[in-house]
Amino acid sequence: SFVAGVIHPWRVSAFERLLWRACRGYLVANFVEMPEPMEDPATGESITWVIFLISYWGEQIGQKIRKISDCFHCHVYPYPESETSRADTMNGLHSQIQDLSVVLEETEQYLSQVLDKVMLALPTWRVQVQKMKAIYLVLNQCSFDVTEKCLIAEVWCPVRDLTQVQDALRQGSYKSGSSVECFVQRIPTSESPPTLIRTNKFTAGFQSIVDAYGVASYQEVNPAPYAIITFPFIFAIMFGDVGHGLVMFLFALWMVLYENSPSLQQGSNEIWQTFFEGRYLILLMGAFSIYTGFIYNECFSKATVIFPSAWSVAAMANHSSWSSAYLATHPSLTLDPNVTGVFQGPYPFGIDPVSVPWDAGWDLQLVARSLTFLSPWQIWSLATNHLNFLNSFKMKMSVVLGIVHMGFGVLLGVFNHVHFQQRHRLVLEFLPEMVFLLALFGYLVFLIFYKWIKFSSADSRVAPSILIHFINMFLFTSNADNLPLYQGQVVPVQMVLVVLALVSVPILLLGTPLYLHCRRHALKPGHAGPVAVEEQEALLDGQEAGNSVNASKEDVESGGHSPDAKHVDFSEIFMHQAIHTIEYCLGCVSNTASYLRLWALSLAHAQLSEVLWSMVMRNGFVRLSYVGGVVLVPVFAAFAVLTVAILLVMEGLSAFLHALRLHWVEFQNKFYVGAGYKLCPFAFAPDSWE
Amino acid sequence: AMTAHSFALPVVLFSAFWGLVGIAAPWFVPKGPNRGVIITMLITSAVCCYLFWLIAILAQANPLFGPQLKNETIWYVRFLWE
Repeated sequence: SFVAGVIHPWRVSAFERLLWRACRGYLVANFVEMPEPMEDPATGESITWVIFLISYWGEQIGQKIRKISDCFHCHVYPYPESETSRADTMNGLHSQIQDLSVVLEETEQYLSQVLDKVMLALPTWRVQVQKMKAIYLVLNQCSFDVTEKCLIAEVWCPVRDLTQVQDALRQGSYKSGSSVECFVQRIPTSESPPTLIRTNKFTAGFQSIVDAYGVASYQEVNPAPYAIITFPFIFAIMFGDVGHGLVMFLFALWMVLYENSPSLQQGSNEIWQTFFEGRYLILLMGAFSIYTGFIYNECFSKATVIFPSAWSVAAMANHSSWSSAYLATHPSLTLDPNVTGVFQGPYPFGIDPVSVPWDAGWDLQLVARSLTFLSPWQIWSLATNHLNFLNSFKMKMSVVLGIVHMGFGVLLGVFNHVHFQQRHRLVLEFLPEMVFLLALFGYLVFLIFYKWIKFSSADSRVAPSILIHFINMFLFTSNADNLPLYQGQVVPVQMVLVVLALVSVPILLLGTPLYLHCRRHALKPGHAGPVAVEEQEALLDGQEAGNSVNASKEDVESGGHSPDAKHVDFSEIFMHQAIHTIEYCLGCVSNTASYLRLWALSLAHAQLSEVLWSMVMRNGFVRLSYVGGVVLVPVFAAFAVLTVAILLVMEGLSAFLHALRLHWVEFQNKFYVGAGYKLCPFAFAPDSWE
Repeated sequence: AMTAHSFALPVVLFSAFWGLVGIAAPWFVPKGPNRGVIITMLITSAVCCYLFWLIAILAQANPLFGPQLKNETIWYVRFLWE
């Protein structure tokens, strides 16, 4: 009789030994390893089993063997005695194997067919599932009504789109075939609504830089339309260079012209995405930089000569008889505008090329050769004292532009006062603010312009210093050496202006609180209800309130709060107004000084580009032979890389940041509150609800 | 030979140009949803650019001092070109 089975290969030796000991040799055991490994049904491992065949005599030995093989977890299979039955079993097993493999094959084929079909439909399913998930997220925010049969949602909706919403609801109920129609109804609320500002692809960039500081409060004036131009302009003041501006403009133009190509839109790099979304911003920044570059007369730090320079060396040399010997002993000489014929009128467009720096230390022969290709008047870009003039010009320019910008900011506050029906603030806040700003800093602007127009080189020895006059104006003193700019400057005019400014401060401080206090006292006897206009922020009446569907639960996004008790203390209003007054008055001074960064950064940019030219590019022109032509190529490559990296990227980011700062702080703190929150309408765009 | 720059001509020209951009052009902006924004942009840019140019030309109108030149270039210009 036989016992046949399979055993785990690791247990073979132990099995054999035990068999031998237990059966005392009354058996013949044969062990053969399987040709290929098979999977263990219990553990799933792939093991090369060992097949064994034991032939024995006697019933007891047979039982022992079976028990032992049981212990060793062998799989035992029936082994027929006769040869023919063994052959039959073999055939049967073979056919079974064949059948099973056919079945497996068919199953695999079917599976792959099904998976192929699913693969085609999978993206649609994914989108559908996501959409359903989003819809359920929103539905979860609704609440059930009393009858538990319908959902109620409270939403914010722009008044202009109300009919659209009603249409959409009607269509929806029609399409879904329900018997009951969805409807929308306006309900009054005292919460402050979210802010919705509609933008297109051009204005979105500018709106986002305003929103980055603070979303506009409900219905207050939006600084973004003005920032579309003033932001690139202030950037350009700090970045003024025709060449750099042109490169920036062309880069942005490329992005704008190809904005619909998917490869540009789906950039994975976050930094690239930032640049791409600001493409219109960069376009305008580049365009204005070209303009200010022309006015500063800088093109890659070189001056262009559109019109002939206004300064004549010949006239000066003739007047002062500069002979060759004289020149040899004097390394540098100044052209005196007092001498007739030396200065022939202001350069019509921008800075005279004589005031733009020239490289130091050129070989004279080199100068001669190179200048044969250029206009003879290019030589005028070589004053060594160019910074004296440029500093004075840029400092005054920064102050003038800063005061104009801030004055414009105060002016924008008028829109707010008128819109929120707070006309008392026109007289009690806008007027004193404007008087303070104009009496002191508007007067400074006037002094600057007056000195430019009235004083020339004839009285350059005794030209008054505006700064000293300004300081003395506040201190009510005067310097004997500092002549007045015009008759009657110190005594009537400046004194009156300072007194006006000083008077406007207490009006600003006490005006609004006292007015509100008196108003509440006047109303108190008769009214128990809310006094609508007490708060500095506008309260809303039912008309402007959010339109809502019937409801109890609110939109998760709402950050508004119900305005609290009507008893706002006089002390609180007064404190608020005191802070505002101090902030405004001190701010006027410090913010004016802050605008001097326009000067600082434009100077830094000009100097950086000059250094880059003189230290990098100029070395490419040293040899004027054919070798020099070959040398020029790597030198230009280095110059181009450094220009882009340092001057365009680094200086561009720096000027961008400072222009942003000037807008956010110095300009917007004159009128902007920015305490609102954005309307986030439901949309199927994934990033809003995933 | 040097050309004398007049002061009046550039002032008139540029004032006229930016006046056209800032005052006349807004009337010709076609009606549409962006009319307000475009008018704001025109006026703001006219004011900014004009003011900037005006400051530049006024600062140079009556210079209190002249440019200081190196003797090499003075020699070069004086004796070679003029």
